[in-house]
Amino acid sequence: MNALVAAAGIDPWIAVCSLVTVVITVGMGFWTAGKSKSAGDFFVAGRSVSVGWNASAISGEYLSAASFMGVAGMVMATGYDALWYPVCYACGYLFLLLFIAGPLRRFGAYTIPDFAEGRYDSPMFRKIAVCFVLFIGFFYTMPQMKGAGTTLAYIFPGLPYWAGVVVVGAVITLNVSLGGMKGITLVQAFQYWLKVFAITLPIFVLAAVVGQYQQHLAVNQTAQETTVTAVPGIERKALPAKAPKDEAWIAPFGKLTTKAVDASIAAASTPEEKTALEANKKPYSLLYTYSLIIALVCGTAGLPHILVRFYTNPDGVAAKRTTMWVMILIGVFYVFPPVYGVIGRSLTPELYDAVGAKGTDKVVLELPTLLAGRDHPLLGSVLSGITCAGAFAAFMSTFSGLLVSMSSALAHDIYGRMLRPTSSPEQRLKAFKWSALIVGVVAVGLGSQVEALEINFMVGQAFAIAAASYFPLLFMSVWWRGMTMRGAATGMLVGGLSALASITLTSVSDVAVAKAKKLTDAAELAAYWADHPLAKGIADFWVAHPLARILCEQPAIWAVPLSILLMIFVSKATAATVPADIRMKMLVLHAPEALGLKQEYIKEHEGLGGH
Amino acid sequence: MSESSPTPEAIHSDAFLARLMRDQLKLSIACALCFAVALVALPLLNYYQPAFMAQRVFGFTLTWLILGVLFFPFVWIISYVFIKRSIALEDAEAQAAKDGLTK
Repeated sequence: MNALVAAAGIDPWIAVCSLVTVVITVGMGFWTAGKSKSAGDFFVAGRSVSVGWNASAISGEYLSAASFMGVAGMVMATGYDALWYPVCYACGYLFLLLFIAGPLRRFGAYTIPDFAEGRYDSPMFRKIAVCFVLFIGFFYTMPQMKGAGTTLAYIFPGLPYWAGVVVVGAVITLNVSLGGMKGITLVQAFQYWLKVFAITLPIFVLAAVVGQYQQHLAVNQTAQETTVTAVPGIERKALPAKAPKDEAWIAPFGKLTTKAVDASIAAASTPEEKTALEANKKPYSLLYTYSLIIALVCGTAGLPHILVRFYTNPDGVAAKRTTMWVMILIGVFYVFPPVYGVIGRSLTPELYDAVGAKGTDKVVLELPTLLAGRDHPLLGSVLSGITCAGAFAAFMSTFSGLLVSMSSALAHDIYGRMLRPTSSPEQRLKAFKWSALIVGVVAVGLGSQVEALEINFMVGQAFAIAAASYFPLLFMSVWWRGMTMRGAATGMLVGGLSALASITLTSVSDVAVAKAKKLTDAAELAAYWADHPLAKGIADFWVAHPLARILCEQPAIWAVPLSILLMIFVSKATAATVPADIRMKMLVLHAPEALGLKQEYIKEHEGLGGH
Repeated sequence: MSESSPTPEAIHSDAFLARLMRDQLKLSIACALCFAVALVALPLLNYYQPAFMAQRVFGFTLTWLILGVLFFPFVWIISYVFIKRSIALEDAEAQAAKDGLTK
C-alpha cells in the first residue's frame, strides 16, 4: 500500500491531514443533522447563536479559498497591489458595522429578499432580490471550486483538475443537505480555528528556518535603491523571466493594475502610441486601485451568505459586537497569507512558470515542503499536510455557506413564497435539500471551467457585483426613508447587472486567451480564434482600449455610484409610492430593541393581513 | 394600531425618529470618514510620494508596513470606539423613551 502511494507521488502525511479534515467536517454535519429539525433551525439556527460562536462561524465562512490560497498566490504573482485584497476583505466589515449590521438584525427577516419584501411591502421586489443571491453566489463558488481542484491536484499529482472539483462539490453538497445551517454554524466555527492554526503554525516554523517576512521583503530591491540589500541567511533563487521585476513587484501600481495598459503597449505599432500609453499607465493604475477598494469594501457589506448570518444574533447590539469580533478574527488571519507570497517569491520562483492549478495559487501548499530539503523531511510533510487541511477547511466552509444561502433562496423564497405559498415546513425542508443538490451540480459545472483564472481575482469580482447591487440597496433602504420600491429595484438591477455583464465579458475573454496561449502551433491558434470570433473580438477590443478594460474588470467605481444615483432619482420621481407605514419601518430599523417596536410592528401587519 | 400597545405617542413622532437616525448616522459617518480618509490617502501618497513611501522600515517598505500590517489595528480601534459609543447611544435612547413612558 505504502509503495503504491509513493509510486503515485502522494505524500501520506498530506493525504491523511486532508482526509481527517474532510471526515471531521462531514462527521459534524451528520452529528448535528439530528439536532436541526425545524425550518427555523435550518435557515437561521433558531436565532440563538452567541457572539463568540457567531463571530467564529462568520469568520470561518468568510475565509475562503481566496483568503487561504488566493491572497498568497496573488501577492507572489503581482506584489504590493494584491495587499489591498486582504486589507479590504477584513476592513470592509467596518462599513457593515457602521451602517448595516444593527438595523438589519432589528428588522428581523431570514434573508435579504425577506428584507427587500418587508421594507417595501412588495413580493415583486423579493423576486428581483433573490436573483442576486444566486448571481453573487455562483460567482463566489467558482473560485472555491478552483481552490478544490488545485488542492486535490496537488495532493494527488495525477488527478485532473476537474476531478477535484467534482469530489469536493459532491461531499459538501451532501453535508449541507443533511445538516442545514445549525450544523454549519458549528462546523464553520471549528473551521475558522483550524484555518488560523493551519496558516500560522507552518509559517512560524518556516520563518524560523528560512528567514523572516521582512528579511525576504528586504532582498527585493526598490526603484529608489541602487544596490541589492544582502540579508545574511537569506538565500534567494533566481527569478524566471515570467516573474515581475523587484522594483515593480514591491512598489504600488505594479502588474495587477497595469496589465491592461502593458498589453496595449506591447501591441502598439508606433513609438508615439507607446509613449502616450506609458504616460497613462500610472493614472490608470490609480483608478484601478480605487475601483478595487470600492468593490471590496462595499462588496463585503453586501454578501448574501454573510448577511444571512446576522439574523442568527439575538439582537442588534449582539450583531454589532459580532461584527467587531469578526474584524479582529479575520484581521489576525489576513496578516499571514502575504507572508507565504513574499517567502514564496524568494524560494519557490519556479511557480511563476506554471499555469492553472500548478501556478502561484498553490504556494501556500508548496512552501512548507521546502523544509524537506533542509534536513526536516518529516516536518515539511506534516506542515504541508496542515496547510492542505486549512485549504480544505477554507473552500469547504465557504462553499457550504454559499450553498446554504443559495439553497435557502431557492427553497424559502422561490419555492416557499412564490411557487407553493401553502407548502408545509416539511415540504420546504425537502425543497431545501433538493435545492442544495441543484446548486451543487451547477457550481461544480461552472467551477470546472475556470482553471485559468486566479482564485482571488474571481472572488474580487463577486464582491464587485455585491457592491453594485446589495450594498446600495441595504445602505439606502436603512438610512433613507424616501426610497421607493421602484427606485431600489431600478438601482439594484441596473447597477448590479451592468457590473455582472462587464465582469462576465472580461472573464470570458480571459479564459479564451488563456486557452489560446496553450496552443503553440500557429495553424491551431488561428483555427481556435476562428472558432471563437466573439472572444477574439472582445480580447482585441481590450488591447485597443485599456481604460475600457480596466473599467470593465473593476466596475465598482462607476457601478456603485450609478446604482445609488438611480435609486435617488427614481425614488424622487415615484415619491408617491413610499410605503405608508415608513415611519414605523424606520423605527423598527433604528430604535433600540428595548422599546419593543418590533412586536408592535408584527402585530400591526398581522392585523392588516400582511406577512 | 392595537389598543394594548404601551408605546407613547412621543416615540411615534417624526421628531423622535429624526433625532434617533440623525444621532446614529452622525456617529457612523464620523467613524466612516476616519476610515475613508486613510483609504483615499494611502494610494495618493503612493502616487505622489513614491520615494517617501518606499523607504525601508524594519526591512518592509513604509507603504507595505502600513497596508500589510498596521491597517488592521487601525480599523479595530475605529470599530471599538464605534461599538462603545453606539451602545451607549442606544441605552440613552431607550432610557429616555422609558422615562417618557412613566411621566
